[in-house]
Amino acid sequence: MDPIELKRTRVVLHKDHVSNVSSIDFPQNFDNGDDDMAWDFEKFKKNFKVVISSFKKDHLEFDLIGIDASIANAFRRCLISEIPTMAIENVFVLNNNSIVHDEILSQRLGLVPIKADPRIFQFKTPEDEATDLNTLVFKMKVKATKRRKFVTARISESNQFEQTEFLNDDNFNVLSKHLVWEAQGDQEERLAADPPRPVHDDIVLAKLRPGQEIDIEVHCQKGIGKEHAKWSPVATASYRLLPDIQILQPVTGNDAVKFQKCFSEGVVEVFKNKQGEKEARIVNPRKDTVSREVLRHKEFENKVRLTRIRDHFIFNVESTGILPPHVLFGEAVQVLINKCKRVKEALSELTGDMDIDQ
Amino acid sequence: SVTFVLKDEDHTLGNSLRYLLMKNPSVSFCGYSLPHPSEYKVNLRIQTDGSITAVQALHKALDDLTQLCEHVQSSFVEKVRNSVASS
Repeated sequence: MDPIELKRTRVVLHKDHVSNVSSIDFPQNFDNGDDDMAWDFEKFKKNFKVVISSFKKDHLEFDLIGIDASIANAFRRCLISEIPTMAIENVFVLNNNSIVHDEILSQRLGLVPIKADPRIFQFKTPEDEATDLNTLVFKMKVKATKRRKFVTARISESNQFEQTEFLNDDNFNVLSKHLVWEAQGDQEERLAADPPRPVHDDIVLAKLRPGQEIDIEVHCQKGIGKEHAKWSPVATASYRLLPDIQILQPVTGNDAVKFQKCFSEGVVEVFKNKQGEKEARIVNPRKDTVSREVLRHKEFENKVRLTRIRDHFIFNVESTGILPPHVLFGEAVQVLINKCKRVKEALSELTGDMDIDQ
Repeated sequence: SVTFVLKDEDHTLGNSLRYLLMKNPSVSFCGYSLPHPSEYKVNLRIQTDGSITAVQALHKALDDLTQLCEHVQSSFVEKVRNSVASS
């Protein structure tokens, strides 16, 4: 591969370090006039591609091709920390005589994902009153009943009367399904189509023994992940670069089989070449986890180059269930656009009265 | 040449703006830093070669970023619609 092309488009992985990490696609680096690296929206539009490879209810895997790392990272950061959601913020404890302390229970409640569309709610500042436009109210009242004695009586095989007593073990698990939504104001009609509830019903919040009870009222508010991780709408959002394994010299014979074992399953295929011997070729680099195992063996030195394509990002977005992942990515891009607009407004305000054309 | 201080910002916007500013052939120097990781402030320094002012360069970078994001958004939404329609 042409060395400048290699430096420009590939991140190269060596045994002990990674090189060519940052992009050098800037006008100052290329002085040959014809291939201008300056920002050109039409060129970007031509090179840019989105490919959706896996579309499930809570999990989305898609490729962004032709974009730079700084922009892809900006999207990832927005996905994790800047998309608002609803989560439990205030817990009012009326009665809690379980062994789970109030603050521990509150912390656990905060992390429960609440299925309510955050876009129809407003943010609430500490000075604001709690209204039906910015707060959701849930109530939970559970009590573990006292121990009961059970008696079973039966006639055994030898016609004897047997009686066994045992105590019903009342270990009561407080689950997230015990959080009951209480509509406030006009929420009843507005949210009738999709009532707010915890995303999962079976999250264990506390464990009670007979005689203990928990009686609480919780308020949910809108917030962003930057302030507290409970407001993050994604279980995780990550990306990786597409691996590109380049075979510099043919790998033949038994080496080919060993070569195949160095990579993840399905990446390398061993076929019979024109001379009739076994040869290895790369068929599916996407599956590779780039473990660099092949660089550990002396026989493959100088025969293979492990690289990644610098502008091909394989995104993996897993949602907590509040919003579907394709909606989340759209929102993340919108958040970035809003940030730009805000900075632009502030800039115009600051420099509007300055003489900018000298 | 100007050093801008962006409040309530971090690498999300800082790095993207730096990238688009570097793509501008009239910008001779551009860099950003976070003075302290716990504070949400970004120092963005722009030096141009004189043909345009630093303020104009920043305006252009912000416009380019908005244009880029809108294009990404529309292509993504279209691809999602196609895959939902086909499944």
